Amino acid sequence: METNNTAGKSRLNRRHFLTLVGSAALALPLATLLSKTAHAGAKEADEFLKSKVKGAMKEGRVKIIAPEIAENGNTVPITITVESPMTEKDYVKTVYLVAEGNPNPGVATVNLSPMMGEAKVDLRIRLAKTQNVVAVAEMSDGSAWKGSQEIKVTIGGCGG
Amino acid sequence: MAEKAMRILGLVVGLTCLVAPVTQAEENLSKYVSGSVKSGYYYAAPETRAMQDDDFANPGYILVDHGMKVWDQKDGKEGKSCASCHTDLSKDMGDVGAVYPKYNERLKKVLSVEGQINVCRVERMGASALKLDSDDLLGLTILVKNQAKGKPIKVDISRPEVKKMYEEGKDYYLTRKGQLDLSCASCHEENAGNFIRTELLSMGLPTGFPVYRLKWENNGTFIRRAYGCIEDNRADPPPKDDPIYVALELYLMHKANGLPVETPGVRK
Amino acid sequence: MADTVKPRVKAPKTAKKGEVFEVKTLIQHDMESGQRKDKQGKVIPRQIINKFTCTLNGKTVFSMDLEPAISANPYIVFQVKATESGKLEFKWFDDNGSVYTFAQDLTVN
Repeated sequence: METNNTAGKSRLNRRHFLTLVGSAALALPLATLLSKTAHAGAKEADEFLKSKVKGAMKEGRVKIIAPEIAENGNTVPITITVESPMTEKDYVKTVYLVAEGNPNPGVATVNLSPMMGEAKVDLRIRLAKTQNVVAVAEMSDGSAWKGSQEIKVTIGGCGG
Repeated sequence: MAEKAMRILGLVVGLTCLVAPVTQAEENLSKYVSGSVKSGYYYAAPETRAMQDDDFANPGYILVDHGMKVWDQKDGKEGKSCASCHTDLSKDMGDVGAVYPKYNERLKKVLSVEGQINVCRVERMGASALKLDSDDLLGLTILVKNQAKGKPIKVDISRPEVKKMYEEGKDYYLTRKGQLDLSCASCHEENAGNFIRTELLSMGLPTGFPVYRLKWENNGTFIRRAYGCIEDNRADPPPKDDPIYVALELYLMHKANGLPVETPGVRK
Repeated sequence: MADTVKPRVKAPKTAKKGEVFEVKTLIQHDMESGQRKDKQGKVIPRQIINKFTCTLNGKTVFSMDLEPAISANPYIVFQVKATESGKLEFKWFDDNGSVYTFAQDLTVN
């Protein structure tokens, strides 16, 4: 938990002023860098998926059920479902779960089998901030399906 | 005659339609409201409540299991375990969660459950005191308080020594402190049900402690939570062994009288 | 803590053939991500459960590779189709080499 360490500083002295100006000067390029990083998250997640999934990813059949706003980003309950008969001839082989805004995009790789009867998995995951959670299902016939869900993550009002 | 009957019928039908049907969800929530006080459960998100309500999905029950192991374990010079003296867990500990913090006659002071457990360990078992927020102490506290789950809280402050400590806790609760110059009441009484930035404020009643906090990804004590809250307020929290925390818990648990014991609760 | 880690599993002991039932699992584990720093500023090394498997009579029904983004005290729930009687075995693999196990018999009629 961060503590506010400006206690005792009551006057805006020259040194303090220069520090403020200096920080402001840095802030602009830093903000650009950060936004690039945010974009890199989605790109990194996409590259991660492309490195694992063989077929072209089509939208559909995969659903992520999650709260619209997570009570806390450290423990977010989600359910992944994939439309599939889960028979020997037609089943979900693998589900790749990624979080676009996390320091590392990979969350889990789920290996399924026809012995499951239904492609449905519940997990609790960590999300660093508001972001898209993406699940890609690789089927036994080689096709790949993608579903995503935005989950809002907020910082507590009192920093705690 | 027929016209009057029709009017009465119309009135009855109209009134019946006005009375909103009580849904299952509302019925569940009403359990967590008592007079003017509401449990943190009332303010929690549906998925958080669901986590608490499922005895398997609620991670606090991992510590109930662990507590059971520690309960049965012999420890200390006397070669005893908790079970050596408290032979019937659910009977002997049945009310603890509902009546603590409580006055200890022999020591002439008010103790929290954690405090009482350590008194027992040191004085009866000749064992060492357990560290606050250790798995062993969390496990024992949750195990013991869980025996009272569902029972209405009924903390007694009629005794003058207890009333005095209650007043100390109340005073601390109402006193503005820290750089944000807020008192506990500023948020938890005056603004319960409102948002501070994106955070929905509850009444801050410790009905489920030691709770599983989604943020901590672990169970934690009331003291851990209160300490953190005071820190977040940019005030200096007293050290964790300061009796003010017992006074605060006493004040809050008495305020929560009537609400059901929820240990182990799940909160954000 | 490794030797005292006890996983919890909720699965039915009997099921009708063809029925799909739910298996709930929960294990106590900090899932130390390797992202946190201690009070001295040193990185706390990563230690997580990195893999979970469920087998029925030795055949893998469900398995999962976990990353640090899985919350502490991993909670994994999945579905199983009742095909044959036998032994359901669950395994959790820790970064430090420990393997935590749980087994339960299943009767399918």
